[in-house]
Amino acid sequence: MPEQKPWDETTGSGAISGAGAGGAMDLAVDEGTTLEKTPGGPEGTGPAGKPRSLWSDAWRDLRRNPVFIVSGLIILFLVVISIWPSLIADQDPLNCDLAKAQEGSRPGHPFGFDGQGCDVYTRTVYGARTSVAVGVLSTLGVSLLGGVLGGLAGFFGGGWDAVLSRITDIFFGIPVVLGGLVFLSVVASSTVWPVIGFIVLLGWPQIARIARGSVITVKQNDYVQAARALGASNSRMMLRHIAPNAIAPVIVVATIALGTFISLEATLSYLGVGLKPPAVSWGIDISAASQYVRNAPHMLLWPAGALAVTVLAFIMLGDAVRDALDPKLR
Amino acid sequence: MGRYVIRRLLQMIPVFFGTTLLIFLMVYVMGDPIAGLCGDRQCDPATAAQLRAEFGLDKSVWHQYLSYMGNIFTGDFGTAFNGQKVTELMATAFPITIRLTVVAIVFEIVIGISLGVVTGLRRGRPVDTGVLILTLVVIAVPTFVTGLLLQLLLGVEWGIIKPSVSSEAPLDELIVPGLVLASVSLAYVTRLTRTSIAENARADYVRTAVAKGLPRRRVVVRHLLRNSLIPVVTFIGTDVGALMGGAIVTERIFNIHGVGYQLYQGILRQNSQTVVGFVTVLVLVFLAANLIVDLLYAVLDPRIRYA
Repeated sequence: MPEQKPWDETTGSGAISGAGAGGAMDLAVDEGTTLEKTPGGPEGTGPAGKPRSLWSDAWRDLRRNPVFIVSGLIILFLVVISIWPSLIADQDPLNCDLAKAQEGSRPGHPFGFDGQGCDVYTRTVYGARTSVAVGVLSTLGVSLLGGVLGGLAGFFGGGWDAVLSRITDIFFGIPVVLGGLVFLSVVASSTVWPVIGFIVLLGWPQIARIARGSVITVKQNDYVQAARALGASNSRMMLRHIAPNAIAPVIVVATIALGTFISLEATLSYLGVGLKPPAVSWGIDISAASQYVRNAPHMLLWPAGALAVTVLAFIMLGDAVRDALDPKLR
Repeated sequence: MGRYVIRRLLQMIPVFFGTTLLIFLMVYVMGDPIAGLCGDRQCDPATAAQLRAEFGLDKSVWHQYLSYMGNIFTGDFGTAFNGQKVTELMATAFPITIRLTVVAIVFEIVIGISLGVVTGLRRGRPVDTGVLILTLVVIAVPTFVTGLLLQLLLGVEWGIIKPSVSSEAPLDELIVPGLVLASVSLAYVTRLTRTSIAENARADYVRTAVAKGLPRRRVVVRHLLRNSLIPVVTFIGTDVGALMGGAIVTERIFNIHGVGYQLYQGILRQNSQTVVGFVTVLVLVFLAANLIVDLLYAVLDPRIRYA
């Protein structure tokens, strides 16, 4: 299942070996192969001698990266049409005429009609709202919950950390689609909230692991030790010194995960447990279209294409952000 | 090594109980399992009470969980509400899903690692860029879309494969479903291998091996690949569990009567014994795969020793 996977090359083997259990993770540290990269910290100075932050460096890289520009424009477009879908679609996605069911394209209805006689173009445009909402809101939820819990575990270590590591192991053991089927099959609501809630519930351990590893690395840096020696309180060290320097890997993984969450929502809707029919979602439309695929493939291809482009845009954005934030590639 | 294995096995115990408890609670809140037993009609209260007592559903959830776990350790996974033993369902479903997973893993290993090695050694060349774009597309298109499209093209339009797999699910009918199941992971394996190979290609030991005059093939396979495979093995190992659980979608598209099919039916009919039983076995598979992966590290990298 795609959902647990965005830690491909993103985080190095720190996160990968963590997938085993505590034992493998300690080992990676001993070997000195991973967790060595310090995400952040002022490195390199500009021509004027003014130190540049990781963020301004990354932004400079991103602006020149065509992948970032293309994916950014696609995402901007998606966000705009999900806020104001009527900008480019003036019909009602729920206004359907059974007499026109499965008909092909015609003037005013470029994508044709679906099995219920609804306009496929309008439904595809309105479907963006669901996908963007699920992707953005679940990523925010997952990052906040996972970032805070993982960060605290990494900072304080000890028993808290051990308990958190075991809890993340438990959540990793549950296949995502399966958990979704069990968890969401009782929910009758046709809003996006149950799906978002489920994704946050099963998605946070992944971010928690990344945040934990990142905080442990940053915690050992000299400037943190110096702050401690100067008598800084725990909260000051966390907020002023550790969080800004440990957040880069979390942002990278969260951006890539956003794409996979959109894909997960569509998969769950396809299986009939994600969003439920009065809601407009690409997953629902693809599921409905799969029955008529022999006679009316256009019903499948448009929502599926929109879904693929959306997920692709977010994954490409995540790739570009990773390239910009990873000092190893400089 | 022995002590390490024992420590890992002990660490698995809380994870096993935590995961099964979580699923048990989810299934418990899933609704009233008796309601589905009388068809569409409301159950007669006396019948419902009797059924509840028969399946032990009148006890508290903790009591149910503990007695269920107790039964599992004696090999009794309970009875589905239609009277069939859950272990019988497993005996027909698991071989099919295992076959499907094996096909998928073979695709991942053979295609994924080969593509990864080829692109990793030619970083920045056209073949590298092409494969990278291809993997991005594969990752971006959700599995169920890939599956439906392949089924439409290969099965319906061109008639190369049968669009739905027969109930015995022989190996040759599982090739395309296996490829669909593997597709996303395949792309990840390719990218992971590529990064790892490209990183290690500049290592001192590779230069030494080349300087010794070893043939290129031996340098790549024995020196470079072996050192680059650790993250890949981790990924594939953890993927075994994910593939078996994620097979629900693939099995639904191609109508394969494996674990995913049984689970889907179990969930639709609120058949808690089936669901919890199958998930428990899947969790065990996942944990065992993780342990094997960690032990494989030592085989792949002799510098790693487990005390």
